[in-house]
Amino acid sequence: MDAMLREYLPILIFLGLAIGIASVMVAASYFAAAQRPDSEKLSAYECGFEPFSDARHKFDVRFYLVAILFIIFDLEVAFLFPWAVTLGHTGLFGFWSMVAFLGVLTIGFIYEWKKGALEWE
Amino acid sequence: MADFWNFYAWPTIIIVLQIVAIVVPLLVAVAYLTLAERKVIGAIQLRKGPNVVGWFGLLQPFADGLKLFLKETVVPSGANRGVFIIAPMATFVLSLVAWAVIPFDAGMVLADINVGVLYLFAISSLGVYGIVMAGWASNSRYAFLGALRSAAQMVSYEVSIGFVIITVLLCVGSLNLSEIVLAQQGMWFFIPLLPMFVVFFISGLAETNRSPFDLPEGESEIVAGYMVEYSSMVFALFFLGEYANMILMSAMTCVLFLGGWLPPFDIAPFNWIPGPIWFALKIAAVLFLFLWVRATMPRYRYDQLMRLGWKVFLPLSLIWVVLTAGVLVATGWIPVTSR
Amino acid sequence: MIVEALAFYMFAAVAVASGVLVVSVRNPVHSVLFLILAFFNAAGLFVLVGAEFLAMILVVVYVGAVAVLFLFVVMMLDIDFAALRSGFIRYLPIGAMVGLVLLSELALIVGAWITAPEAASAFGAPSPDAAKIANTHALGLVLYTKYAYLFQAAGMILLVAMVGAIVLTLRDREGVRRQNIGEQLARGKHNSVEVRKVRTGSGI
Repeated sequence: MDAMLREYLPILIFLGLAIGIASVMVAASYFAAAQRPDSEKLSAYECGFEPFSDARHKFDVRFYLVAILFIIFDLEVAFLFPWAVTLGHTGLFGFWSMVAFLGVLTIGFIYEWKKGALEWE
Repeated sequence: MADFWNFYAWPTIIIVLQIVAIVVPLLVAVAYLTLAERKVIGAIQLRKGPNVVGWFGLLQPFADGLKLFLKETVVPSGANRGVFIIAPMATFVLSLVAWAVIPFDAGMVLADINVGVLYLFAISSLGVYGIVMAGWASNSRYAFLGALRSAAQMVSYEVSIGFVIITVLLCVGSLNLSEIVLAQQGMWFFIPLLPMFVVFFISGLAETNRSPFDLPEGESEIVAGYMVEYSSMVFALFFLGEYANMILMSAMTCVLFLGGWLPPFDIAPFNWIPGPIWFALKIAAVLFLFLWVRATMPRYRYDQLMRLGWKVFLPLSLIWVVLTAGVLVATGWIPVTSR
Repeated sequence: MIVEALAFYMFAAVAVASGVLVVSVRNPVHSVLFLILAFFNAAGLFVLVGAEFLAMILVVVYVGAVAVLFLFVVMMLDIDFAALRSGFIRYLPIGAMVGLVLLSELALIVGAWITAPEAASAFGAPSPDAAKIANTHALGLVLYTKYAYLFQAAGMILLVAMVGAIVLTLRDREGVRRQNIGEQLARGKHNSVEVRKVRTGSGI
């Protein structure tokens, strides 16, 4: 247990150090370089126009659909990780158990394919 | 007091030194990767590439860095200041901390955790945040569009990367990266799992937003995508993070498929060369492929990119997972492990 | 080990603080970002109790996938958050009730632990020794064999989620030109080029 946690300590220190490096780089450049902001410089780039309105808009619902489908497949992958490393112990039963699980999800995958949820235009 | 030094101070100092020993070469490699990219693409297009600063342009990356360092940090007035600054920092930090678990040689790894592959998978699934945050915080249409494209693209290819990793794990029976490398002593995994190696490499291109999947940047249509409002060091952090991610993706490819630090043949002239050098050579070879692809391929269209991810790679890698597992179980080659 | 205790208090404090900030900051995007911070600290706490697999899955699934969807929604939907906020008082009783139920359930569990110490032995699968077997393996050994039915049920739930997402969000758009690759590849010289003799001066 302790041995396991000792392996994680470097990651924590690394994280702190990396955040430190990034902050120092940004801060040092901010103080080293001349800062002379004016309103033209600070306006959003819009090919020479004044920006008409807020850039944050409603978007095509397909982007949400992709995100939802991604969650489902990500969960599927999450289930596969412990299975992949223990298949030597669970053997044929574990194999067929997972084939059934994947079969159910393949039905869903075929459904979304046929429905055209994977089409982009 | 002696306790304090023995148990806390020295180990911490050693860890910090190890981290420095990873980060400094990594950043130098990033700097020279940008030069190598321009040189390689120059050579492919029969140009010279940068050759003015230093011999053969060898000081070019440092000149670029200095220039970016001395530029003004412009934060657009409509932007959300905090998130705007944090976004590139997040990209940069994530691309560094992932290196904590990469094994450079037998036992030469900073954090030898049991779930190393999952850690890398987790870090790479977080890569999307820096980009989405940047796109939203800039409050610019181009940035927003670029971020949206990028997010959808990265999550689509993340799935097939997950399945490819599973096929490798089936052959190893462990999530530890050193174990994965050691399992390839007989044969590197890219031979038996060749289709998955190809899928992984192409998904890696998409995951790091490299050409031909560089639609998030798409400089000819949405100027520079999510980076359009960035300047100075905050831009440099994005740039460094992106190239460090490329090197990381190559390192992952080497660990999963190309035998990590192992020499190609375990015989006399090959095993004289130390492991880290083999590892670096393999990373360089994969990086060359990245650059070669960029110089050769035209950019994908967005619907083609989505079709490739969801309709080709996803079913292909899923079928390959079942196939690999079936073959391993049927032949009894499946490894039986407890770690 | 003092480092362990320090790490615990740091993770716990940041998790609780960012949890409070999730519901109290004005900007919904900042809310989601604090939610992500809370997830990270929860993952840190998982690592501290030795559940490294769960910690990584928490990051992969919740931070890498679920929170991305949240972020998409709050960034890109024009929800009028001022209007949502005005309903705060109206929904307070229901929210408070749900919170109370959760709190009493937690109290019951912890209480049962104290009043009946033998409850620990009633586990379906006692947690194995972390020194002998990695917890990913420990999980895999029971999940696909002993709990195969529950595992299949999870698959069914994912299927329902997939179908539901498509039924609810997919709208067919009219007049869209799609690329038909089979058609493109089947196209050859014989059905795309026609050779005509054109008489001089008359045109086609």
